[in-house]
Amino acid sequence: MGRRTRQRLWRGGLYAVLIGLVVFVAVSADWANLQRQFFQLDIARELFPDVIAIAAKNTVKFTAISFVGGFSIGLALALMRLSPIAPFRWMAIIYIEVFRGLPALLTIFATSLVLPIALGVRIPAFAGMSTFAAAGVVGLIIVSAAYFAEVFRAGIQAVPKGQSEAARSLGMSPATTMTYVVLPQAIRTVIPPLTNEFVLLIKDTALIFLAVGGVSADRELTAFGSARIQEFGNATPLIVTALMYLAITIPLTQLVAWMERRDMRSSGAREPNQFTTKLRLLAKRGTSNR
Amino acid sequence: MNHDVPLHGLRPDEPAIETVGLRKSFGDLEVLKGIDMAIAAGQVVCVIGPSGSGKSTLLRCVNLLEQPSAGEVRVEGVNIVDPDIDIDAVRARIGMVFQQFNLFPHLNVLKNLMLAQRRVLGRGRAEAEEVARQQLDRVGLSDKVDAHPAQLSGGQLQRVAIARALSMNPDMMLFDEPTSALDPELVGEVLDVMRGLAREGMTMMVVTHEMGFAREVGDHLVFMDEGVIMEEGVPREVLENPRHERTQAFLSKVL
Repeated sequence: MGRRTRQRLWRGGLYAVLIGLVVFVAVSADWANLQRQFFQLDIARELFPDVIAIAAKNTVKFTAISFVGGFSIGLALALMRLSPIAPFRWMAIIYIEVFRGLPALLTIFATSLVLPIALGVRIPAFAGMSTFAAAGVVGLIIVSAAYFAEVFRAGIQAVPKGQSEAARSLGMSPATTMTYVVLPQAIRTVIPPLTNEFVLLIKDTALIFLAVGGVSADRELTAFGSARIQEFGNATPLIVTALMYLAITIPLTQLVAWMERRDMRSSGAREPNQFTTKLRLLAKRGTSNR
Repeated sequence: MNHDVPLHGLRPDEPAIETVGLRKSFGDLEVLKGIDMAIAAGQVVCVIGPSGSGKSTLLRCVNLLEQPSAGEVRVEGVNIVDPDIDIDAVRARIGMVFQQFNLFPHLNVLKNLMLAQRRVLGRGRAEAEEVARQQLDRVGLSDKVDAHPAQLSGGQLQRVAIARALSMNPDMMLFDEPTSALDPELVGEVLDVMRGLAREGMTMMVVTHEMGFAREVGDHLVFMDEGVIMEEGVPREVLENPRHERTQAFLSKVL
């Protein structure tokens, strides 16, 4: 038997298995029941407009606030991490290691449940959020800041040393050099991994359901979906919620992919940018870590 | 003299740049082993030597991009190794040109020239732009004000880098192998600009492999090897009648 014949037989066998599986599922599945449980149009219709006006709106709002907070604190942490002052470096390292090492859910658990019960401390309401939503968002900011910090650190370190030497040789102070020369280049380099973190953040807002469970005005997509599933005793809200998430995240992941392709093209044509590969790896690692 | 940045205690009668017993080590490796050197105001001093001889490190010690391990660096009579010295104010008076140009790639040519003027010297936008345009004109690149560094050739990049340093109205200029990263046909345009600067009386310290430039433009030539000054003197004499055998060996390879 020739190599080619063996290959063809092997491939034919794989197709046979696949077809067998499809037929088995098609025959054995209780389609009527599945449709009743997951795809009831009248239930789906009842979810509107709240699924958009409350749930999707809250998901987007929590993401945006967490992004701004995580971005700012992450940037500060990255600068501390690279500071010549050792205690700043240690604080940043400890922070980053702790909050990257803990499950995000545990941190949100801490800000929303443990703080009020154990210490009587409540996160104050802010940015139009109730104290419950705020507690969840603060937890998410704390966690995402650790990830942002690592992205920024990689970006800052990727700026060639000659850039800060040129700035310093012109008499610029370390702070001026960082603000006007290093950071603008660093942030440009990390836009793809930053966008990636943004997508992760959207999905992680689901964890806030832990904090807002009972308050219907604060429910984001996951909390909303789970409450409605219980209310209707039916899984249709799960499908609607999932579709809402995908409607938000897929355009963004496509945007990241487009930016990476553009980045690769431009790095071929202009100055070689050996750092983006490293950053892309870093971003991927971020994904699997959670 | 540049009076934009106040710096007290300068004595213009002193050498523009002077090093006394300057030493620099990287870990166990001693790169500079006691350098005594002086550059008078208006003088052009070229530093040559094989790679690893410490000539770039010496240049980088003059504006403290490298912190000396021992000895003094005096700029117009002031020991700038002294930790009480405002090094940013000193650097603002010393222009530096790098082998790799180091233009800021996120800014266009005009903004490359304006940034330090505005943030260090505190010049207003209009004044900074005027100075920038004058300096670009001087290096023959008036038509490139709006270009981005990625759109320029190596020779143009280096001329912009020189103009950027000159925009600060420095008292002196340091050149760290300014033509070593250039294609051979682009070396001339950069050397022309440097020649013009020397003619105008700029104090210059130039680490270079361009022996022709050293001979023609330099007032003084320093040959370094293994972290010491092996030989120095009038460029033509050092290049034509090297006394030290190391100098002879080096020149026989590069000339």
